Amino acid sequence: MSSRPRIKETPVTMDTFLKGIWEENPVFVMLLGMCPVLAVTNSTINALAMGIATTFVLLGSSALVSLLRRGIPKQVRIATYIIIIATFVTIVDYLIQAISLELYNALGAFIQLIVVNCMILGRAESYASRNNVTKSVVSALGMGAGFTIALLCLGTVREILGAGTLLGFPLFGADFEPWVVMILPPGGFFVLGSWLLIFALLKQRKTKMEELTRAH
Amino acid sequence: MNQPLVEIRTSPHIHSSPTVAQIMRNVTYALMPLVAFAVFQFGISALALIVTVVTATLLTESLFAKLSGRENTIFDSSAAITGLLLALTLPPGFPLWMGAVAGFIAIALGKTLFGGIGFNLFNPALIGRAFVQAAFPVAITTWSPAFAPGRFVEFIPSTLTMPLMRPADLTPWIEKINASAGNAVDAFSGATPLAAWKFDGIATDSMDLLTGMVTGSSGETSALLILLCGGYLVLRKMMNWRIPATVLAGAFITALLLFLFDSEAYPDPLFVLFSGGLMLGAIFMASDMVGSPVTPLGVLIYGLLIGFFTVIIRTFGGLPEGVMYAILLGNALTPLIESVTQPRVYGDKQKKGNSA
Amino acid sequence: MSTVTPAQNSNTQNSAKMIKTLTLIAMISGLLVVLTFELTRPLIAENQRIAVEQAIYQVIPEAVDWQEYRLSDGKLLVASETTEGISIYAGFNQAGALAGIASEAVAQGYADSIRLLYGYNPACECITGIKILKSAETPGLGDKIFKDLDFIANFKALEAKLNGEQSALENAIITVKHGEKTQPWQIDAISGATVSSRAVGKALNDSAQYLLPRMVNQLTTIKQMSMEDETK
Repeated sequence: MSSRPRIKETPVTMDTFLKGIWEENPVFVMLLGMCPVLAVTNSTINALAMGIATTFVLLGSSALVSLLRRGIPKQVRIATYIIIIATFVTIVDYLIQAISLELYNALGAFIQLIVVNCMILGRAESYASRNNVTKSVVSALGMGAGFTIALLCLGTVREILGAGTLLGFPLFGADFEPWVVMILPPGGFFVLGSWLLIFALLKQRKTKMEELTRAH
Repeated sequence: MNQPLVEIRTSPHIHSSPTVAQIMRNVTYALMPLVAFAVFQFGISALALIVTVVTATLLTESLFAKLSGRENTIFDSSAAITGLLLALTLPPGFPLWMGAVAGFIAIALGKTLFGGIGFNLFNPALIGRAFVQAAFPVAITTWSPAFAPGRFVEFIPSTLTMPLMRPADLTPWIEKINASAGNAVDAFSGATPLAAWKFDGIATDSMDLLTGMVTGSSGETSALLILLCGGYLVLRKMMNWRIPATVLAGAFITALLLFLFDSEAYPDPLFVLFSGGLMLGAIFMASDMVGSPVTPLGVLIYGLLIGFFTVIIRTFGGLPEGVMYAILLGNALTPLIESVTQPRVYGDKQKKGNSA
Repeated sequence: MSTVTPAQNSNTQNSAKMIKTLTLIAMISGLLVVLTFELTRPLIAENQRIAVEQAIYQVIPEAVDWQEYRLSDGKLLVASETTEGISIYAGFNQAGALAGIASEAVAQGYADSIRLLYGYNPACECITGIKILKSAETPGLGDKIFKDLDFIANFKALEAKLNGEQSALENAIITVKHGEKTQPWQIDAISGATVSSRAVGKALNDSAQYLLPRMVNQLTTIKQMSMEDETK
């Protein structure tokens, strides 16, 4: 008998999707998958491509894991998840090569490294293996969207400051002095830190406001 | 409910040490001659840069005090000193908007994020400089000639760059200056003594380095003046003289060993001592009380390491100057140095830190 | 203890189930990967061909057609799946004559190695253009090697003449400090990006010193081969 905890099946709600974007945002709240977040967000296009690629892998693996969840023995579940995730990573690798070699070169090894993105394995283990396919897919979409939005948050700031462009279009004219550091790895840390700071401040404000209203 | 009027305590009765505000005020006094010399040497551009950077640091300090709901600490002068020191390490023609960015980063990232004065790991001024060094590598290595004829009436062209824009190329302006000066012997090449040595193998006269008749960052040119200002602080007991002394000793010993090894390839140790920002860094930045160790042995290790790193980075690194990174590295090592150099209380097996 | 206990029994059942599951999943995975591979293969090959073609046309300005050769054991052969050796691309102009050859060169830059394709024109004995294929140079400084127009202008006609014995270049290609270029075989460095500029010079020199002496006599074969193509 499987000792896996059974969570009572609840219907799919808007919340299943939205959780990944705000409340359980994989980057800003759970701090998962930091490697691509810091490494490939030096331009908006790279960030977007990485976000979409990760979402695709997340979606595919969640669906498959959820579909097979009753058949996977507990002892080999991690091995199974990794095979499934690796499959979708390989597929995405071929697809990006087919779409644009330039993009493929810009993202470099980080496409293959999606396989070790702990967000994907984490979702397979903690969500897809315990929920039905519909819910898993919706939740994966939400998480993927949350991840993509976070990457875009970093990518746009870094591109604007580091190159003076947005999606490749110059914003400030030819005389713009790029902040070189923003395109380099330290820039990723600076920008991520600043976003986390902003979110922490917002959250603090919100809880304070709630306390105030409760007190009244 | 009767409160005793006099609080009675057993000995030891210790003098109050100078307050933070007192120390900071004295450091400000000590920096004034350097500021004056920088303005005398580089003109209104240096003045504008110093004013801008100090304003930026003060505003940032106030802003963060307000955001975090703490007491505004701008009146203890520590933010102003950070601004002054930062401005003195920047090239005189550094665009003002970049100076403001450096000032903001210095306080925001270097100080308030760690919890304000006394809690910073690194010297805030150097954090600011390290950031702009990485962000604007070209602007921060663009030097302008010292004692340019019109320095009190016109700005260096790059000073008044519009925010976010690329500073103007200084070459035509320098050519004009060189032409109006009229003597080809002293024509300015755009290189600091350190860069001239590193890339072209040209040594600068030690006397010029001592008196500051060379170019460089606004406040680092005259080694002698910096030594005098440092001497004032030491006399007033506002600074631990062992730190600058060991930093300079560390640099001197390392440079001497290299020089003895091959006097053709490596510079004279006196040149190493008096050139670039070593003097300013050793006296005013390495000695920052927050980022340096307190144990006597720790101070020795800290100072020697900074001096050693400075020479190693200058000699074998890609950049001509290494003081900034050496001090930041020293700051990072401080907790480790302190933990291994804790003195033991006599007769006690335990470390002093644990019993406190 | 020869009887099988229930625990052992369920263990064997379990491991049989594990193997079954893993096999099934591996098969699904294999199927999906092979399917994608087959579907995308022509697209990827076409993308790669376009990338190579654009690079060749960029470094050999007159070229409108090209053919890949491989230099193996000192012989220049038309490239096929099985030929080994260094790839040499021959570019042909509108008249079908040899307009230049292109090859890859590599040298260590400031960060990681810089890989580039350069074109060589046997008529003027000079390099006619370079295209950086891969570099991780610092944005804003080292990456000027493909953004700085003054630097790129160095490679419009960079002399790479062979000496009398055709054993090496007469004058080694060398990178000089910014503003000190006096000879046609010198490369004017980018000020502030000396390491990257030197790496480009070194890559070109290394490659040209090696390839040109071995190839120069065989360029006629290329011409002949292209003639044969025409007659076919």
